[in-house]
Amino acid sequence: MGNPLQPLARKDYGYAAAQHLLNRAGFGGTPAQVRALVELGLDDAVDYLVEFQGERVSNEGFDFRGDILREQTPEERETLRRARAMNDAETIARIERERQQRQNADRAQVAAMKRWWLARMIETGRPLQEKLTLFWHGHFATGYRTIENSWHMLMQNGMLRSNCAGNFADLVRGIISDPAMLKYLDNDENRKASPNENLARELLELFTLGEGNGYTERDIKEGARALTGRTFRGNEYFFDRAQHDTGGKQIMRRSGDFSGEGFVSIILEQPECARFIALKLYRFFVNDAPVLPPDGAETVERLAKLLRSERYELRPVLRTLFRSQHFHAPTNRQSIIKSPTQLIVQAVRSLGTPARSVDRLVEAGDLMGQELFQPPSVKGWPGGRSWINTATLFTRHNLTVFLITGRTTRGDTPGSADPYDALHLVDHLRGAGGTLDPRECVRSVSAFALGAEPDPARLDELEAYLGSIGGTIDNERLKALLCLITAMPEYQLC
Amino acid sequence: MHESAFTRRLFLQRGCALASLAATVPCFIERSALGTLGNPLLASQPGVPDERVLVIVQLGGGNDGLNTVVPFGDDGYYRARPQIGIRGPGAAARDAQAAALALDGARGLGLHPNLTGLKSLYDEGLVGIVQGVGYPNPNRSHFTSMDIWQTGRLDAKGSGWVGRYFDNTCGGTPSPEAAIAIGRNAPLALEGDLQKPIAFESSSLFRWNGQDLHGSLHDPYDRINRAGDGGDAGDSQKAFLMRTALDAQLSSDRIRSAVSKKPLVTYPGFALANQLKMIAAMIRDGMPTRVYYASMGGFDTHGGQLGTHGNLMRQLGDSLAAFQRDLKESRNDARVTTMVFSEFGRRVKQNASGGTDHGTAAPMFLIGPHVRSGVLGTHPSLTDLDAGDLRHTVDFRSVYAAVLEDWLKTPSEKVLRGRFPAARVFETRG
Repeated sequence: MGNPLQPLARKDYGYAAAQHLLNRAGFGGTPAQVRALVELGLDDAVDYLVEFQGERVSNEGFDFRGDILREQTPEERETLRRARAMNDAETIARIERERQQRQNADRAQVAAMKRWWLARMIETGRPLQEKLTLFWHGHFATGYRTIENSWHMLMQNGMLRSNCAGNFADLVRGIISDPAMLKYLDNDENRKASPNENLARELLELFTLGEGNGYTERDIKEGARALTGRTFRGNEYFFDRAQHDTGGKQIMRRSGDFSGEGFVSIILEQPECARFIALKLYRFFVNDAPVLPPDGAETVERLAKLLRSERYELRPVLRTLFRSQHFHAPTNRQSIIKSPTQLIVQAVRSLGTPARSVDRLVEAGDLMGQELFQPPSVKGWPGGRSWINTATLFTRHNLTVFLITGRTTRGDTPGSADPYDALHLVDHLRGAGGTLDPRECVRSVSAFALGAEPDPARLDELEAYLGSIGGTIDNERLKALLCLITAMPEYQLC
Repeated sequence: MHESAFTRRLFLQRGCALASLAATVPCFIERSALGTLGNPLLASQPGVPDERVLVIVQLGGGNDGLNTVVPFGDDGYYRARPQIGIRGPGAAARDAQAAALALDGARGLGLHPNLTGLKSLYDEGLVGIVQGVGYPNPNRSHFTSMDIWQTGRLDAKGSGWVGRYFDNTCGGTPSPEAAIAIGRNAPLALEGDLQKPIAFESSSLFRWNGQDLHGSLHDPYDRINRAGDGGDAGDSQKAFLMRTALDAQLSSDRIRSAVSKKPLVTYPGFALANQLKMIAAMIRDGMPTRVYYASMGGFDTHGGQLGTHGNLMRQLGDSLAAFQRDLKESRNDARVTTMVFSEFGRRVKQNASGGTDHGTAAPMFLIGPHVRSGVLGTHPSLTDLDAGDLRHTVDFRSVYAAVLEDWLKTPSEKVLRGRFPAARVFETRG
């Protein structure tokens, strides 16, 4: 058996491979963008994506505020104490009202952040950067509703983005200094005299080694002691020396007076760590079917080895993966179920529809089971088939109808005035005098939208439909065809 | 008896067999059948399936328990609420305010004057009022407390309690129609790791709306999505998607056909009534759904609450009464229990704006012929307070335990991730 990470032969890199690459290492693109990636050749195309060579997005999110929620000033605390002592209901109610107002403002801010991030994914010239940030958001999952601090969520999002293709060790070190995570997993209550094991447990079980992989309950207890004192003050990480347990610890056959950083270093030495991360990357970028495809396990093992030899640098691993024969193998095309975010962003970016109403797109994402800044639990989104059920399938179908036509399930039409010119999908097929061959258009557009050659039966269905509504291609008919194509079960794959 | 019940069940299974479950029968139907057949209280009705149904009604915002079940016999109540306290029956009228509806068998307690609908059900012996339901270290955030109730966990984390019920009973074979919520979003309570609920505001939304663009789109869409896995019984991603697409079409047909039927009684025009009307229609139509979820909001009555809360009480009581009459009319009442809850009650003392702030324990309602009727448990003391709030006397997870064990006939410990003694709220117990 050869090495599945061997680069794809030059002759095998064409339109289909470039589209696959852009779907997986990004959120897809228009036919023109796919052709540009073909022109670059495989190596340069991969570099373009992995090195984030595209335009950065102008919307950096600097409008958000970090002072909506603040600690009470000593004067405010004193006022409240006095009001309580004197049973001054009016003052207590006023303070409660002000607190409530701040909380409402903060919830409004996290709602705006959801729109901001989704718009960023739609607009960015560096799609892999956003896609990796989303990957790490699901990996180091933290939910707003538990911590109720939008600024902390935004800071975490920034930390994940700056390290998303850098070094995994930096991500882990970043996350144990991240106010949102420290709050989410109760490490602000992890004190010398009464250790809280939550962060230590999830650090091992979900963030680095995987459940039961090479650690014991004792390692969790000792690790929790190493993490004591890691908390935050206001918006900043704070090491509370007085609460840190400086005593000796035994973690995974090593002894010493480990700090949180020391604990992380020990974890990263474990071979299970690279394997766990490699598998997770594989599931996200290559194939998420319940059973790994042939060569899948071998590929994960080799990726893990590479991750270790590269000392957890992610870019070389991603570059190798995206160039590999295995990544481009037929079994790994159309083998991932689009996440709700992928579905939304890819539809806009590849079909070239207007975004219409980011508000509605965020709402659709929530309905389909992927609320940004609110993964369902610390395990993140389980992904794969869990995205799909009878209810989310209708939401998915209706979402693409909305993007293509502006029509919503509520009967209103936000953003419907934005024209959608679907003809750009077939411009390259125009013959002399700008004519379009209907059969050729149906085949080309469905292959493009589905990312694979469609079944002959599907083509028959679409051609018969086109025939029944006039037979020639114009913008309206093309949009109707797209409504059907995007409602095909296989459209949910990428 | 066994024979006919078995045949009826087979028929039902075939009637609701869905493509993704073709090889496996949703196991909870089998299991509940065992519980049902052994239980003489749940009399079979010809033409009516035996499967038990739970309907959850969520009151969002924190319903004021003390003005819902009014302790008019307690002077402390009027001291704490000089303006918004509801007078007892027989007490002198003030500002033309109506008196609480006295409850038989519960001295000094009455229902809010607008809960006439609920009172009529109470008088028929169909309502159990569980007093003082809450949990330790109460959380006064709407979000968090609602998550606590919906997850059934004090850390408010993880899957929903009903979702876990399905996950645990169904051995990894969730039925797509097992749990249905009326509303735009499915509540966390119904979300399992495997079980995913159906949610829709109106049944017309549980369908593809592309066909409304142009009638010609309907048929090709149908053919594309009803093809099933095309004989590919394998486990490919595509076969899975094609099976689920077929399921979605079948569920949509069933649900839309069910709710398009006229109700057997007249419902009031409230939003909650409309939700319950759809649920009654689906129950009547023999949907295999075990848990339905309805909700109404607006209970966050911080100011001038008398009028607002009174309206809410009217909507709640009348909607529940119409629903129960509808169920009775279709002879499904014996297999349905309705549970009404809110994320917390409100403070004992009224605030300076004629409203009440976030509190703690509050009553829950259980409705149906199999609940122990009457006022259950003791009313929390109005004097022994925890920083101005009621101390709970019943843990809500004990009520869940009763619903799981005595109604849905399933062990509660795994679902609730802990041992909670089932509250004695069903007749089946003792």
